[in-house]
Amino acid sequence: MTEKSIYEGREATWRAELRDAMTAKERVAIPRVKMPQLAPEYRIKCNEEVNQGLDESQAIREATRCLDCPTPTCIEGCPVNIAIPDFIKNIQRGKVLIAADILKQTSALPAVCGRVCPQERQCESRCIYNKMKKEPVAIGYLERFAADTQRELQGLPTTIKRESNGIKIAVVGSGPAGLSFAGEMARRGFNVDVFEALHEVGGVLKYGIPEFRLPNVVVDSELDALKALGVNFYTNIVIGKTFSYEDLLKRGYKGLFVASGAGLPRFMNIPGENLAGVMSSNEYLTRINLMGAGRADCDTPVLKGRNVAVIGGGNTAMDSVRTARRMGAERAMIIYRRSEAEMPARIEEIEHAKEEGVEFLTLCNPVEYLGDERGRVCAMKVQRMELGEPDASGRRSPVAIDGAIDTIEVDQVIVSVGVSPNPLIPNSISGLDVSNRGTITVDENLKSSIATIYAGGDIVRGGATVILAMGDGRHAAASMAKLLLNDE
Amino acid sequence: MNRIVDKSYFSEKVVRLVVEAPEVARARKPGHFVIVRCGAGGERIPLTIADADEVMGTITLVVQAVGISTNKICALEVGDTFTDLVGPLGKATNVGKRDGTVLCCGGGVGVAPLLPIIKAFKEAGNRVVSVLAARNKDLIILEEEVRKYSDDVIVMTDDGTAGRKGLVTAGVEEVINREQVAEVVAIGPAVMMKFVALLTKKYEIPTTCSLNTIMVDGTGMCGACRVNVGGKMKFVCVDGPEFDAHQVDFDEMMSRMKTYDPVN
Repeated sequence: MTEKSIYEGREATWRAELRDAMTAKERVAIPRVKMPQLAPEYRIKCNEEVNQGLDESQAIREATRCLDCPTPTCIEGCPVNIAIPDFIKNIQRGKVLIAADILKQTSALPAVCGRVCPQERQCESRCIYNKMKKEPVAIGYLERFAADTQRELQGLPTTIKRESNGIKIAVVGSGPAGLSFAGEMARRGFNVDVFEALHEVGGVLKYGIPEFRLPNVVVDSELDALKALGVNFYTNIVIGKTFSYEDLLKRGYKGLFVASGAGLPRFMNIPGENLAGVMSSNEYLTRINLMGAGRADCDTPVLKGRNVAVIGGGNTAMDSVRTARRMGAERAMIIYRRSEAEMPARIEEIEHAKEEGVEFLTLCNPVEYLGDERGRVCAMKVQRMELGEPDASGRRSPVAIDGAIDTIEVDQVIVSVGVSPNPLIPNSISGLDVSNRGTITVDENLKSSIATIYAGGDIVRGGATVILAMGDGRHAAASMAKLLLNDE
Repeated sequence: MNRIVDKSYFSEKVVRLVVEAPEVARARKPGHFVIVRCGAGGERIPLTIADADEVMGTITLVVQAVGISTNKICALEVGDTFTDLVGPLGKATNVGKRDGTVLCCGGGVGVAPLLPIIKAFKEAGNRVVSVLAARNKDLIILEEEVRKYSDDVIVMTDDGTAGRKGLVTAGVEEVINREQVAEVVAIGPAVMMKFVALLTKKYEIPTTCSLNTIMVDGTGMCGACRVNVGGKMKFVCVDGPEFDAHQVDFDEMMSRMKTYDPVN
């Protein structure tokens, strides 16, 4: 799947010179850069991005740490196999724009991925420094630095609009999978129309991930780049409702990429879960991030709980609980049934949450919500747990401690225990194979049971990461382009 | 797009808007709803489609001014546009020939989304009897249109200023007692649907209600609209808006609808 870079590789003279300029020992002696951050007491009073980004000298110094391994294992850790040493060494020699272009070759949204990818489980976990018991090269920080620098210097990234091949393609959903697919197809000369159900483009990047982690300006700049490539965006259109699949065929679309995401929030099905004040993280975050709830110029209401419990241990739970702090919660709690070691959230998000005063009630499983006389949640009962044997996921499974039930006072509960695939598309296209989990079934090329329909991201995976969704978009574009161009 | 081409008042607070929305007009069926947004900071508001003209490319919405957003919508004039309009959403009404009378009862502005359902049942060859109910004469809407597609119409008002004095349930029970009713469709305030459901349950007559809960996205993403139907969690936006009224937990739903009311 890796494409040959059009840029000079490891064999280039300048790069050999960079390698010879310093010994490995000297490089390893450089400490890993610390990401400059806003102070916790300041940031919980605003929505500004917590991570401030590296400056040029910090970035060059960090890039110098990279040993430029002959067989770079970091690349294997990246779901889209970004040419990591290639871009890092270009940062080191001061060619940041080339570094950014290298990123763009494999990643549609490097400024986004540099911020939200779980690098500690991907590229950085495979860095040679780990073997030396040293902190890995900060690949994510460097990715962000290159992408941000390009945006600041050039506005739109340098992309050449190709000659149109006249073939119309429709994309359902404008989240990371849809966006990366759209970009790839537009670059190949297809006429791409992206249909978004909401009134704003960006999917989870807009409604889900808060601005303190991913500012809208970063997402908007990626969208502008796609528009510059000729991608058309249509908001307020629900495929399967406003237009059927047959309508799309009639309108001359030759291919469809379904990237409608993991829509439906899951609940735990415990007593009291429908009390007023209990809501999904999707609802809470959408109200605030997409609808601007809480701002003076926005009409959408939001609850501002004093004692807020967020159920779950993933990134969305961290986003919700940190948002609750920013909305003025005095006590913002994570309630998680396993221990902190098993939490799926990124380590950075957990650390940031703790710095912001979030309480972690681990080994606690909600069993019931209690309401006041008006039907609003006022307390919750949690079952204390202990860790037992590892389960199918390899994580030690939580076991209830007999009789250990605590009651916690809460006036808002945000349930963040995962999502199920949105049934809208699977239900509306006959002949489309769907798994018993509700995900669209695809082959290794992301082709569905219908030859001209491809699918990727959470509607296929059920709930994954931005980078995997993006990787699907690229992969599906390559397969669909091959199919359609051979057919012509 | 989304331009208002006609506006009229049923009463001071109840407005009828005809809106340009050709794709929605073409795709919609009775029972469907749309979500509209008014202004850059506007809320997403679900509204059931009252009528549509595929040739003109318009849909009709009936809105009662009750909060910030519905007041903004009611203040729109001909030539103004909705900032956003998306649809049709939800599942369409299951219309067909029934073995007996179809009894359609509408409360307040609930008559507006009921009208296309009355029409559809009539066109499917059913005997349709409609019961319209409201607090007073001014709040009875679309009576003439309902009469056009109904074999009989009973009007009930709380104060007796139009039709007969009494609650909607009195009119419904009268029809049940005099003829073979195969199905009841009830659309209106939650409390009205609750009492219609309690009554028809007694007579074991299948009853459909259309719920208008709090929603944000309207595509199944947020779960704000979740209701308890027969002990199972359902989302009004994708599983509804119509449900078996005998299975809906109306008390829980009414309590949830007050989630964002000011706490005092």
